[in-house]
Amino acid sequence: MSTPATAESPRQENLVDERLVFWYFVAALTYMLISMLGGLLMGLQLLRWNPLPLSEYLSPGRWRMVHTNAIAYGFLANGFLGMMHWVVPRLSLRPVLDKRLSLFIFAAWQVVVLSTAVGLLLGEAQGLEWGETPVWIDPLAQAGLLLVAINFGYPIIKVKGPMYVTLWYFLAALVWTFLTYAMGNFVPQYAVTGTAAGAVGGLFIHDLVGLFVTPMGWGMMYYFVPILLKRPMWSHGLSLVGFWGLAFFYPLQGIHHFLYTPIPMFLQYGAVLSTIALEFVVLTVIINFVGTLKGTGMLCLSNLPLRYFYTGITFYFLTCLQCALQTTMTFQALIHFTDWVVGHAHMVMFGVFSMWILGMMTYLVPRLLKTDWYSEEWCYWHYWASAGGLTLMAGDLILGGLFQGWSWAALQPWDKSITVSHPFWAVRIVAGLLMFLAQVLLSYNLYKTWQKSPLRLGDETLTNVVPATT
Amino acid sequence: MFESKSGIFLVAGIGFFGLAFLSNALVPAMMYRHLPEKTVKELVNGNLRYQFEDLAQRYPDAFKAAYGEPPEDPAKAELWYNEKCAESLTIGRKIYTGEGCWHCHSQFVRPVSNEERRWGPVSKTWEYQNELQRPVMFGTRRVGPDLSREGGRRSSDWQAVHLFKPVTLSPGSPMPEYPWLFDGAPDKPNKRGLALLTYLQWLGSWHETYPYYEDYEASKILPTPKGEGESEEEAPAEEPAAEATTSEAPAAEAPAVETPAPAAEPAAEAKPEPAATSDAPKNE
Repeated sequence: MSTPATAESPRQENLVDERLVFWYFVAALTYMLISMLGGLLMGLQLLRWNPLPLSEYLSPGRWRMVHTNAIAYGFLANGFLGMMHWVVPRLSLRPVLDKRLSLFIFAAWQVVVLSTAVGLLLGEAQGLEWGETPVWIDPLAQAGLLLVAINFGYPIIKVKGPMYVTLWYFLAALVWTFLTYAMGNFVPQYAVTGTAAGAVGGLFIHDLVGLFVTPMGWGMMYYFVPILLKRPMWSHGLSLVGFWGLAFFYPLQGIHHFLYTPIPMFLQYGAVLSTIALEFVVLTVIINFVGTLKGTGMLCLSNLPLRYFYTGITFYFLTCLQCALQTTMTFQALIHFTDWVVGHAHMVMFGVFSMWILGMMTYLVPRLLKTDWYSEEWCYWHYWASAGGLTLMAGDLILGGLFQGWSWAALQPWDKSITVSHPFWAVRIVAGLLMFLAQVLLSYNLYKTWQKSPLRLGDETLTNVVPATT
Repeated sequence: MFESKSGIFLVAGIGFFGLAFLSNALVPAMMYRHLPEKTVKELVNGNLRYQFEDLAQRYPDAFKAAYGEPPEDPAKAELWYNEKCAESLTIGRKIYTGEGCWHCHSQFVRPVSNEERRWGPVSKTWEYQNELQRPVMFGTRRVGPDLSREGGRRSSDWQAVHLFKPVTLSPGSPMPEYPWLFDGAPDKPNKRGLALLTYLQWLGSWHETYPYYEDYEASKILPTPKGEGESEEEAPAEEPAAEATTSEAPAAEAPAVETPAPAAEPAAEAKPEPAATSDAPKNE
């Protein structure tokens, strides 16, 4: 997996633009902080305490959209792009197509994300959940995704012979992300309307998770977990089942986001069945990763990045188990429209994918900056505050969602469902603050690490020091 | 195929994506192709027109500033109102989207969880076959109630005060305030405010009846103290007072005076006292 030290193998400095990887990480963390501020504002509004009620540009409703979009296109996309700049050249033994193109994509993507945020704050949102990017930015983002696919697709396509699992996921994700973005942002806006647009919208939300975030995340796991454990994946057969099962079943489920809408019932049932089928596939992936860990589970205690990864894998199992239950019509009747779904979404996006990216950063930053973390203890604090805060938030919202659903079904006056939600929303703010402070601590730790980095100090003699494994 | 570049690119990347797009997106689009998509102009109906002209009477200055004056000739004025109403709807939808209203208010009534009793008829596809549902505003979360049957349920005065400062009418509401839709006071909506009011009054106006979702007893499972059954979510006890202080034309007078209005309107206007009219048929 890692570059063999043979004479003809290309060297790391010719493969990976480490500076760019680091920039992506800085951008990702910046958007994470911005996004969390938006979430905080909306959370405070629910508690009827809006600290900034005066300006329309600080409206919680608009910042709520910044919250979700900054996570998808700011944190996750930047984190994954940085990770791919490290992983893809090292796996394919070829640099990306063009380093100048890489720099251009980096700059262009930040323009896309920033203008999305500005557009949302100006009230220009498109009415597509998780695709609120104003319509005038969509073509630019679409072109950016094409360039990304070309830049990374080139070294992948050039690989001779069979590819490693990670590259299956990345190659497919490059195609899927481009197609998903195009489908979601253009079809329900310009081609279809009403119920059919709802079906496309559901497919878009779903594919953005399933065909962009998930394959990027799992590709990352298939790369880093065997490296950290210094052993191959437990079963190649299960890797195959996992990839092809995801590729086939995942995109068939878009409509399960809009059950009980006027979308034809047989399509709703199809989406439900396909969701349940996917959970069996997920189980094989989990078994594969648990099998890989077999006998060395204690490493999760001593190896911090590994701990992030397996925490995320545990949450992945939990969320997918939850999916299989909550997608049934019986469950939907109760929990649809409630905070249950919000809790579920946080568990997936933060508990799984953000934890993976943060763990990957914990592992790579010392290698990029050629020095150990400024404070390893802070890294541990970051882990506990992130994982603990998320567990509290997800558990709290999932439970609160049940109360909301029962309150509505019992035909209680609407304000009763607000009263019953209040304690849950209060706990959510505490959990959210904990998660926010964790990311502030990580950012500060990153800053202090950069300050003592030999790269910054210009001490070239130190650049070949390989830091101890975090 | 399973590990080759072409297999992954063509079969998984393009093939499976296309299959899902076909089954999950194209099939519903094909199934509803016999329902023509209405333009915004075609959406202007009698109920909505009544509400739109009502806005012109309630907020004459604001309305004039936003849309100018209607022509003298009644036939031309008719067309003029229709045109301005459609324009207002379009802007209203943009504000509804831009302010993120749809992230806390859904626009579909499900056939489960007693929603029919709370909000009226279950949503059907024809209700969404129009330009204002690009993309559709189904929504995925309900912090506040569903709005797909909101139009005409409450007076525009109520809506205006509620948008300006929700807690005045819904104590304990976590809804944000939208003062930028007004020129300093709830009886002075600006163009954006008028547009959002039009949009809200449009939602469900295509139905002949307006459901009263205050119209049920509190659940037997969780008995509430006596009197709670009537003091509904909007706390109607405070409503008349708020109406009186914030509007120059109290809504309660409307049913007696407004005889030439379209059939559905008297009931709609009488709504500020849901307890009194609760069992009356909606528009007979």
